[in-house]
Parts: sequence; C-alpha cells; structure tokens
Amino acid sequence: MTPRRYLVLGVVTLASAFGDTFLAIGMKHLGPVSLTHPDELLTALRTPWVLSGVLLLLVWTGCYLTALSWADLTFVLPATSLAYVAVAFLSRFWLHEQISPARWFGIALITAGVGFVTQGPAYTPRDSVGSA
Amino acid sequence: MMDLSSGPAIAAMIGAIVLTATAGDVLLASAMRSVGDLDRIKEASGLQGAIWAVVSESRFLGGVAFMALSFFSLLFSLSHADVSLIAPAAGSLTFVSNAVAARWVLHENVDRRRWLAAVFVCCGVALLKH
Repeated sequence: MTPRRYLVLGVVTLASAFGDTFLAIGMKHLGPVSLTHPDELLTALRTPWVLSGVLLLLVWTGCYLTALSWADLTFVLPATSLAYVAVAFLSRFWLHEQISPARWFGIALITAGVGFVTQGPAYTPRDSVGSA
Repeated sequence: MMDLSSGPAIAAMIGAIVLTATAGDVLLASAMRSVGDLDRIKEASGLQGAIWAVVSESRFLGGVAFMALSFFSLLFSLSHADVSLIAPAAGSLTFVSNAVAARWVLHENVDRRRWLAAVFVCCGVALLKH
C-alpha cells in the first residue's frame, strides 16, 4: 500500500460521510416522501443540498472504483469504515440529532471490528481464487 | 396506510438498501477485478483509456444500476428516519452481506480476521437500534 492509495481510501471515507450528511439535510428540508408520489425523489435532485450530496457521491464512486481495482471488496469496505464515525459526529454536532450512549458504543464497536481487518493483505491474488 | 416511521417499515427500508447495495458492490468489484489496476491503465492509456476500460465492462453497468436503486432507497429512507441510524445500519449490514457474497461469489480470501470483523459489526448494528 502506497501513501497515494491510503489517500484514495481517505477520500472514499470523507466523500461518503459528507455526501450522506448533505443528502440527509436536503431530504429533511424536503419533508417525508410518500410512497404514492415517488417522483418527489426526482424533485429532490434539484435542491442544492441533495445535488451537492450527489456530486460528493460521484467523487466517492470514482475513488471507490479505483480502490476496487487494486484491493478486495472485503478490504475496501472495512478500510473506509471511519465514515460511520464521521457521519455520527456530523449528525450529532451539525444536524443536532440525538445519539444515545448505546448507539455511540455500537458505532465504536463497528469501527473497531472492521478497522483491524486492514492489517491483513489487501488483495486476493488471481491464482488463489477458487482455492480459498 | 402503513406507518413509514414504524420499526418494521424502517427495517424494510434498510433491507432494501442492503440488498441492492450488495448486488451493486459485488458486480462493481467483479468488473474492477476483470479490468485490473486502474492506476496502471491510466499510466498506459491516460484518463480516457481508464474510463473506457471501466464503462465497456458489462458488469459495471449492472453494478451502477443496482447502486442507483440503492441510492433512491437511501433517499427515501432518509426522509423517514435519522441519518445516524440509516447510514450506519445499512452500511454495516451491507458490509456483512458483502463479506458473504465476496467469499462465495467473488471467491475472495475472507479469512478468520474478516469473519470476526463481521461479528463485531453485527453486535454494533444491534446496539445502533437502542
């Protein structure tokens, strides 16, 4: 793993966290979407917050695909799990959502559980595929 | 009319996000494994060559279609529940379902460390409901 590759994983993490948060702000402004009017979801794409969220998720897509080209799916997902922590902080201190201590502990457990996976190899070599 | 802010409704929304995201992730990972290291392709053929290598892979298009479904499921659920519940719960469960799919569909080497991580994530998700 080179520093550039860690940078790509970092961008995946932050773009995901901020993208989700921007989408949440946009959807809160829009209000509940009814099952009988799914076209309201397309209207949501014209609001600045949702549009910004979509742009960030496009950045996320580019970096995510790049990471998947040199690492396993089961490496990339845990390696970018700090996004859950970032989302929790953003939703608590920016959106002022209530997060219970148990939920904080759950978020910490998720991050701890998946974080140490990154200590293993990033990629299953092609010649070992099927023998694992 | 079903109460869309009830527990079962939110669980169904999270389930829809997880299923579509897993299908998308597996198809995208399979496509990118087939394409190879994008950094090397970019060095050899430039950005345009790298983009063409990705978009000309049919599994990539299938992956994008499922990711789009997952995205609209996420948008819908965010209008009914807190992002601090939806984003970690759907993301974490997707990690677990991806670990299973990666082992049996992509034949990745999902070793004991990665399975253990899946258990940690399950416990974390259970705590998120409180």
